[in-house]
Amino acid sequence: MDAIRLVEAAQLRKDRNGFGPGDTVRVHVRVVEGEKERTQVFEGVVIRKRGEGVKASFTVRRISYGVGVERTFPLHSPRIERIDVIRHAQVRRAKLYYLRKLAGKAARLKERRTAVPATQAKTTTE
Amino acid sequence: MARKEGLLGRKVAMTQVFGEDGSHVPVTVIQAGPCTVVGIRRRDSHGYDALQLGFEKKTKNVTKPAAGYFKKANVEPVRVLREFRLEKGEMLEGYQLGQQVSVDVFKPGELVDVVGVTKGKGFQGGVKRHGWYGGDATHGSMFHRAPGSIGASSDPSRVWPGHKLPGRMGGERRTVLNLAVVRVLPDQNLLLLRGAVPGATGSLVMVRKSVKTTKAQQRVAEKK
Repeated sequence: MDAIRLVEAAQLRKDRNGFGPGDTVRVHVRVVEGEKERTQVFEGVVIRKRGEGVKASFTVRRISYGVGVERTFPLHSPRIERIDVIRHAQVRRAKLYYLRKLAGKAARLKERRTAVPATQAKTTTE
Repeated sequence: MARKEGLLGRKVAMTQVFGEDGSHVPVTVIQAGPCTVVGIRRRDSHGYDALQLGFEKKTKNVTKPAAGYFKKANVEPVRVLREFRLEKGEMLEGYQLGQQVSVDVFKPGELVDVVGVTKGKGFQGGVKRHGWYGGDATHGSMFHRAPGSIGASSDPSRVWPGHKLPGRMGGERRTVLNLAVVRVLPDQNLLLLRGAVPGATGSLVMVRKSVKTTKAQQRVAEKK
C-alpha cells in the first residue's frame, strides 16, 4: 500500500457506507455549545457524495420550516456519531441538484425496496 | 545563523487529517529517512561542523571514487548525500559513522524547516513571476499583462541589472520555516507536517529542526 493511502486508511470509518444519493438519512452530529457538547440530528435526503479517502463528503438536503437547508458533512468526520439510513430511493443520477428547484409533491423520490427481513429494514450504522 | 540537525526525505503527497475537534488539518506526508551518517565534519579538521547524511541505497553504477569514499566510512553506497551544518561542534556528539538516523528524531508538536526545490514553471510572464498587477482586461484597456516601461531613456540608455522581467520561474531551492509536526509514524518512516512543502511529489526534501522559532510560535504548535 502506498504511503498516502496508509496515512488515510487509519482515519477511515468503515461504518460510513451503505447509503447513496436519494437515500433519506439521519445524521447524528456532535456539536459544542458553549461548554456543553450535545448530539444534533440532521435528517434529509442525500443529494451528493463526492471525493475519496478521508476527503470524501456528502450533502444532505431538507426542508426546514419551508426553507431548503443543505448541510455538507465530511464522510469520515469524528464529529459524526452515526448515520441512520431511513429510506432508500430509486434515483437515476449521482447528483440530485434538480431537487433544489422542486418542492412539495414534485420533490418526492420513489422508494427502492430491497428484499430485507422486516427486522433489519431500518439499518443503523454505528 | 543557527544550524540544526535534520533528515533527508521525499515528498509523498498532501492530504488531510482530522483534528480532535473534527477540524481538517492540511498535511504533507514525507517519507523521511532512514538516513546513514556517512561523514562527520569537524571544525579542527574541515573548518566547520556538519553531519553528512546519506539517503536511499545505491547498488548500480557506483563510481570507484565514490565506492572508495563509502568504504572508508564503512557504509553502503547511497544515492543522495547532503550535509547538515551545525552551529555547535557539541551537537556532533552521539553521532558515529554508519549510524542510522530515522524519523524518531522528530516529535509531534515540534517545529521544523523544510528545504526543497520548487516545481519548475517554465518561461513565465511578469504578472505570474513577480506578482505585477497587470492592466484592466476590459473597459477599453490596451495594456494587459505586458512588462510596461523598463526604465528611463537616453540616460542611462540601458536597463538596470537585475530588473524584473519575464523569464524562467520555479526550480529554485526554497526553505519553508516553522512547519508543525502533526504526526510521526516510525514504522513507516513517515512524517506528517502541517502545511505545504516546496517541490513536486517524489522530490527530495531536507527536514531540519527549526532555526528561527519564536516562543509564541512554539506555544501555538504545541497546543495543536
